[in-house]
Amino acid sequence: MNFGVVVFPGSNCDQDCLYVIKDILNQPVEYIWHRDMKLESFDCIVLPGGFSYGDYLRTGAIARFSPIIKEIPEFIRQGKAVIGICNGFQILLEAGLLPGAMLRNRNIHFICRYVYIRVENSETPFTNLCRNGQILRMPIAHNEGNYNIDDKGLQELNENRQVVFRYCNSEGEITDESNPNGTLDNIAGIMNKEGNLLGIMPHPERSSESLLGSEDGLFIFKSIVKWLEKR
Amino acid sequence: MLRAEIQITLKKRVVDPQGSTIRNALDSLDFKEVEEVRIGKLITVKLNLKDKKWAERKVDQMCQKLLANPIIEDYSFKIEEA
Repeated sequence: MNFGVVVFPGSNCDQDCLYVIKDILNQPVEYIWHRDMKLESFDCIVLPGGFSYGDYLRTGAIARFSPIIKEIPEFIRQGKAVIGICNGFQILLEAGLLPGAMLRNRNIHFICRYVYIRVENSETPFTNLCRNGQILRMPIAHNEGNYNIDDKGLQELNENRQVVFRYCNSEGEITDESNPNGTLDNIAGIMNKEGNLLGIMPHPERSSESLLGSEDGLFIFKSIVKWLEKR
Repeated sequence: MLRAEIQITLKKRVVDPQGSTIRNALDSLDFKEVEEVRIGKLITVKLNLKDKKWAERKVDQMCQKLLANPIIEDYSFKIEEA
């Protein structure tokens, strides 16, 4: 099981992702420069957070044209796993690999704090160690996490159980108060129809050690490992 | 040489948090007549082209491919001699 962490110009969570996979999960992992196109040796690709291309024009708008992104559809077709975290999620949206788009947070602030998210679908490569309704505590750190999609698109996401995480309060209730950024239907993470490509705004790599305040992010990384072992 | 001026705006159905913040700021500055504020982007592109029709086609492609996100944004442009 080989993990690959993609590095774009302006990525800044790549080292955290590599650290968690290598030093906490003891899994083989290496960086992949965004211009590299050889993905055969990898089983899971991580698109990390950061500010690829300085967030110029729109978040992820330029990174989506990186050579590596062109390889993702084939990687997905082979049934391998892709997880885009924060800016990685934004890139997947701009690339059209996930539906919808990100708007600026409704309070027009960059928000950096711990939030609660609820697992809405535990039958995915990314959540198989969770139960439905489980509450995870993880930090968010973004300016554009206000997910938007038209009514038809939202209906499809719900019908296909593509919404994997929603922001909630500490009791697991989906409320407007627990929605940090104005995101539609409290959406914090969605996956593709096939269920092997996830976009998530909160940072599991920043919440994988108790020293950092939460280990809940490990549920996601360990779920991927378990899924890859069974594959 | 031609010059394209491209205007990108958020779609009507999309909430514009920057716009509403500025609306509130104008309101607190006593501009009570302000009903709504929407923020957009203005992009100017100099083109090594002579034919306006061809330039329109190319700029339209640029908007669709990169400059605007059709899910949340609308765009319009005009092309003039630079």
